[in-house]
Amino acid sequence: MRATDRERRHFLRASAGVASGLVIGFAVPSAFDSRLFAAEEGVPATGSKPKLPRANAFLQIAPDGTISLKLSHSEMGQGIWTTLPMLVAEELDVDPRLIRVEHAPAAPDFFHTAWGMQLTGGSSTTWSEFDRYRQVGSMARDMLARAAAAQWNIPVAECRTENGFVLHGAQKLSYGAVSEAAARLDPPVEVTLRPPKSWKVIGKPTKRMDSLAKVTGKAQYGLDVRLPGMLVAVVERSPVFGGTVKSFSAEKALKVPGVKKVFAVPSGVAVAGEHFWAAQQGREALEIVWDEGPGATVDSERLREKFASLARSGGGLPAVSTGDAGAALEKAAVRVEAEYEGPYLAHATMEPLNCTVRLTEGKCEIWTGTQAQTLDQMAAAKIAGLKPEQVEIHTMFLGGGFGRRATTASDFVSEAVHVAMGAGAPVKVVWRREDDMRGGYYRPAWFHRAVVGLNWDGVPVAWQHVVVCPSILAGTPFAAMIKNGVDESSVEGCADSPYLKNVPDKRVELHSPSLPVPVLWWRSVGHTHTAFAMESLLDELALKAGMDPLEYRRKLLAGDTRRLGVLNLAAEKAGWKKSLPKGRGRGLAVHESFGSFVAMVAEVSVDGPRIRVHRVTAALDCGTCVNPEGARAQIEGAVGFGLSAALYGEITLKGGRVQQSNFHDYDMLRIDAMPAVEVHLVPSGEKPGGVGEPGVPPVAPAVANAVFAATGKRLRRLPFRLT
Amino acid sequence: MKITVNGKPYELAVAEDMPLLWVLRDVLGMTGTKYGCGIGQCGACTVLIGGGAERSCSLPVGSLAGRAVTTIEGLSEDGSHPLQKAWIEEDVVQCGWCQSGQIMSAAALLKKKPKPSPADIDAAMTGNICRCATYQRIRKAVQRAAGTGGGR
Repeated sequence: MRATDRERRHFLRASAGVASGLVIGFAVPSAFDSRLFAAEEGVPATGSKPKLPRANAFLQIAPDGTISLKLSHSEMGQGIWTTLPMLVAEELDVDPRLIRVEHAPAAPDFFHTAWGMQLTGGSSTTWSEFDRYRQVGSMARDMLARAAAAQWNIPVAECRTENGFVLHGAQKLSYGAVSEAAARLDPPVEVTLRPPKSWKVIGKPTKRMDSLAKVTGKAQYGLDVRLPGMLVAVVERSPVFGGTVKSFSAEKALKVPGVKKVFAVPSGVAVAGEHFWAAQQGREALEIVWDEGPGATVDSERLREKFASLARSGGGLPAVSTGDAGAALEKAAVRVEAEYEGPYLAHATMEPLNCTVRLTEGKCEIWTGTQAQTLDQMAAAKIAGLKPEQVEIHTMFLGGGFGRRATTASDFVSEAVHVAMGAGAPVKVVWRREDDMRGGYYRPAWFHRAVVGLNWDGVPVAWQHVVVCPSILAGTPFAAMIKNGVDESSVEGCADSPYLKNVPDKRVELHSPSLPVPVLWWRSVGHTHTAFAMESLLDELALKAGMDPLEYRRKLLAGDTRRLGVLNLAAEKAGWKKSLPKGRGRGLAVHESFGSFVAMVAEVSVDGPRIRVHRVTAALDCGTCVNPEGARAQIEGAVGFGLSAALYGEITLKGGRVQQSNFHDYDMLRIDAMPAVEVHLVPSGEKPGGVGEPGVPPVAPAVANAVFAATGKRLRRLPFRLT
Repeated sequence: MKITVNGKPYELAVAEDMPLLWVLRDVLGMTGTKYGCGIGQCGACTVLIGGGAERSCSLPVGSLAGRAVTTIEGLSEDGSHPLQKAWIEEDVVQCGWCQSGQIMSAAALLKKKPKPSPADIDAAMTGNICRCATYQRIRKAVQRAAGTGGGR
């Protein structure tokens, strides 16, 4: 066997297996869809789509009965390795646990059903695949039943399917037995999906299907990729964003045993060696002179002042403007002013960024954990001088994503292609933790200033709100989504807040300062700050109105059924009205994001400078919930993720340099600080919403409100500091 | 240089200061042990050495002469170790990157304290970061494993 065959088999095994006999055949499309290129112009194209997916691109049933399914989205912990097979199983009549799952290649068949490119983000996998994966299951079932009916020479209507078999009276044929005959049939032109009342899989708590691979160390992530003849490279990048190499000396680095090659790439200087350790030792011996450029002036303290002065000066672009907020504020019975702020945040995925590239004649193969296959494919093709379809992407398990593995510039993939070109060999580019931490693409630093006027009943009648937040979309292929200068991802959760809906005179405006620090979506994006500002502010207004925070929200949200549903459920389960031991306080927050509603009640105490979060009671309404166990796990995890940001997370810059580098100075919530989390689901038949992100936004405001209840101290700046 | 990993001896031709983590991953091809920080702060690289939990990213391979290393691959290949079974049963993992290290820290704990208290679990596991914050389920899984002979 040739080396390449061996590797290919290795990877096929590693990605959960592909049977040899293709039946409902898997086919890689030969032509690239033109919709892909519309996306490059800036608008995720929506164009007309075929009514049904090509089931054979997704699903394969082998004569031995093995069922394999391709995931159009990336598994990064959110649990779609389990959810999507559940959707297929619902229609196919098989146990979802018998479906072997693997990531799909980068190809138009697997484009996001709403966004016209392959992309995992926006907590969108379940809702966007809810129909498609069920259709795939239904189409396959139809073909298998027809094949069996033909064999028995009976009308297909007399067949039924159950647990991997086609049945007719006492006769039965396994799916595997009819799979070859089924593959020769035309796929159905329409299918009828089963109604919710007959669902057997959807809504049933189902354990994750990637657990065994992940608890035995066998799961293959990007960083685990090994190819014959592969070098490992590290890149010394500019200490300042936007800086470039003026000159460098490779002499000492090349003397390090195991170092093979040292060369410049657009992002810095690459050192490629036999293994990571050699490359890293070589890198430490590099001598580089940088042209730092204007990025060297960035300073977090000065940015804070700048953001605050922008917020106080007005003059931003309106995201919402009705009536005359200024005049109405003058007349209001009571005015409340508040400012909130937060820092840049790093995603800090546990698996640091990495990407492996092999260039051969007319082909570029990429192995990486990515959330954005289509963008990566286009970026790699451009650099390597190939057509996109000549770039093969092998999506590996992602050791966390949180948005970082979906950069519009495909930063870590683009760089790895450059490194592979320079190395002249297959190469794995490894980011050290320090590189990852200092590599930019942060959640933007932000500042909110709100002035709210209440009437004598405590109801907001005038609302002026200024958001300062660097734009995530500006200068990217998604810039066309910016409307009238307003990047919606900076004001989502504020401009569209239910609390503003009935305020007659209101204005929400946005400043988007342009800075050399790259920013990016970070688990729950704009909601990370808008929920904190809005839900903290709501408690401040409740205080002025002399009302209990829960009662105050109930009053303002009257008629908002789903929001009240989670609010009331969380309050009830937390025992909102029950007394607490001295020194403890409860706080709540409710927020809608990504099509789902989450309320949380946090119970805290304060111990010197330390906030201890003892318990968080959460309620989730994510509409139709495919896997309640997975949804609960996501909300539990979101509490911890949100607490890391609320209690510790802060990236600061001085002289353009990021001051944090690793977990000793950018710490994460650890097990001893993890509260007891209870998650309660609101039963719902609404359309599915997201669950990966919506648990994050309510965490920080619930804790801030609880700290106020416990101590009387109002925390308006993240991360929280009591001194 | 000779080391023993999961009961098997290996002869190595690497620098003595090369951390065990990179020997395991890049030289021996055992990628179950993960890189997270390189400075012993996150626990993703945790292995057992003589039964105790050690951070392999900060351990020069030259310091290991004659000592037995156990990695996640050595706990069991098929997921049959009580800790692995408990992890599956409690549906612990999300992204999964940290979980080899979490399980190895738990293995060291149960060897020392077969019936740990909740406080013992938190204290023993606090060096292992999980960015997905699966901690609540880790607590439950360690307790479950403790009841099923996880200290073996």
